[in-house]
Amino acid sequence: MTTRKLIKGNIAICHGAVAAKCDAFFGYPITPQNEIPELMSDLMPANGGIFLQAESEISAISMVYGAACAGKRAMTSSSSPGISLKQEGISYIAACELPCVIVNVQRGGPGLGNTLPSQADYFQTVKGGGHGDYKMLTLAPWSAQECYEFMPLAFDLADRYQNPAMILMDAIVGQMLEPVDLHNNFEICDYSKSWATIGARGRAHNIINSLWIDPEVMENLNLRMQAKYAAAQLHETRYAEYRTDDAELILVAYGSPARIAKTVVDMARDEGMAVGLLRPITLFPFPSARIAEYAKNGSRFMALEMSAGQMVEDVRLAVNGMADVAFYGRTGGVVPTPTDILNVVRASFSKPPVFSSYPSERRSVK
Amino acid sequence: MHHEVRIAGMGGQGIMLAGQLLAYATVIEDRNVVWFPAYGPETRGGTADCTVIMSTEEIGSPVSSSPHTLIAMNQLLLDKFAPEVRREGLILVNTSLAKAPDYRKDCRIVEIPATDIAAELGNAKAANMVLLGAYVQMVKPVSLDSIEKSMKEALPKRNHSFIPLNVAALMKGAEIAAGMDLG
Repeated sequence: MTTRKLIKGNIAICHGAVAAKCDAFFGYPITPQNEIPELMSDLMPANGGIFLQAESEISAISMVYGAACAGKRAMTSSSSPGISLKQEGISYIAACELPCVIVNVQRGGPGLGNTLPSQADYFQTVKGGGHGDYKMLTLAPWSAQECYEFMPLAFDLADRYQNPAMILMDAIVGQMLEPVDLHNNFEICDYSKSWATIGARGRAHNIINSLWIDPEVMENLNLRMQAKYAAAQLHETRYAEYRTDDAELILVAYGSPARIAKTVVDMARDEGMAVGLLRPITLFPFPSARIAEYAKNGSRFMALEMSAGQMVEDVRLAVNGMADVAFYGRTGGVVPTPTDILNVVRASFSKPPVFSSYPSERRSVK
Repeated sequence: MHHEVRIAGMGGQGIMLAGQLLAYATVIEDRNVVWFPAYGPETRGGTADCTVIMSTEEIGSPVSSSPHTLIAMNQLLLDKFAPEVRREGLILVNTSLAKAPDYRKDCRIVEIPATDIAAELGNAKAANMVLLGAYVQMVKPVSLDSIEKSMKEALPKRNHSFIPLNVAALMKGAEIAAGMDLG
């Protein structure tokens, strides 16, 4: 058990990046993801890679763009306001069909918001935060262990689909300490990058560009990208299920709310309510087909998010009117407790709420 | 085995460290643990709390609705979190800085003047270790030995010189709690 270490999700991201043979990290500080650039500034040079703190988030994503053009495994990390700044670069990288990994440890917003947990960047992530018809392959870890495992996976998906991949976290997943098995047991594929702009001696020039004046050329690029996304939908959809087999109500949640929901499933089952959890691991591609299957078989759904209701729209699209889809969410950095969610579940089974707090009228008056 | 504990007080009272020591000790004993912090942008003077969940099972929620135990280092956060402690739970109060609640008759309330005891040992800042020692002695989620072993991992090297004081404060807290058990 020598590889089992107590680390934060953010730290696990760094070890995962090194295991993935990441060549270059470009970043700019912002809470709650600062552990990532801090540790990467040690780990990257120590492993023969590049660490560079850019003068801004826009600059950092542009450096990722450049390193990816040179065929290098490049990444950046930031948190919500910083990710907003990167959107232009992400659109360009997607249009140039370049691989890279972007980590977003989401914080409360909109605006500058706060440094507390949130999931309000779901739309920005999976519905195209930048301009144009592109998608990011998006992984949503729910533990520090998955932060570690998903870095090599994200780089592999990015290379395989020649497309940016995102790891979408929240401040809980980034900040909580958990034991992680740093097994370093990954199969890292070496993708041939004959398109890389690394000097044209002895061959024709490689051109990496997203400006195509001829509409037919531009449409062909769009069609090629859409074909990739259709293939990803077919081959890369990942999800996990917990006690869904006979579930009357299926909770749908990703990231830390899925952890809370798992506890709620056990609490509800103890009280005789048939509740299960379906956790999307990839947010794009979304496990729509699996959700539709359950809808056909008569389950109803409840989406749980730390947002005002974003992923719930994808659940509703998947269900397509076949089943009832409820929603419960908290915003602005407020984290729901298991009891908060249990009470919403209880209400949906017409049961009265339970209290986890000592009733205030029985507290002594000060 | 499944224990949820909330440790709460002011920034600078070693709240996060006390929780991290529990977390490291749980890993040493090869069980599952989640440590989750909550604090304001201030490093000192603001409020700080952390939740530690220790279990032999896989841990679901890292968030606790109602912890089994509250370790409260000051009045503000004692008042905030005492109502959330699980029925018939345990509340450890640093009575140097806080007055124990009189409305949680269902809970076991343990009053320890931790800041004064730590000051007698040489540094009032070790009050967190006094209460941690008492908690570990009473609830036994991990051994005191594992906590002691964790200090080198949890503390940055520049603070390793404080380990003997921390251990002394930890053992003093355990000794006080052991005395209470006998009584």
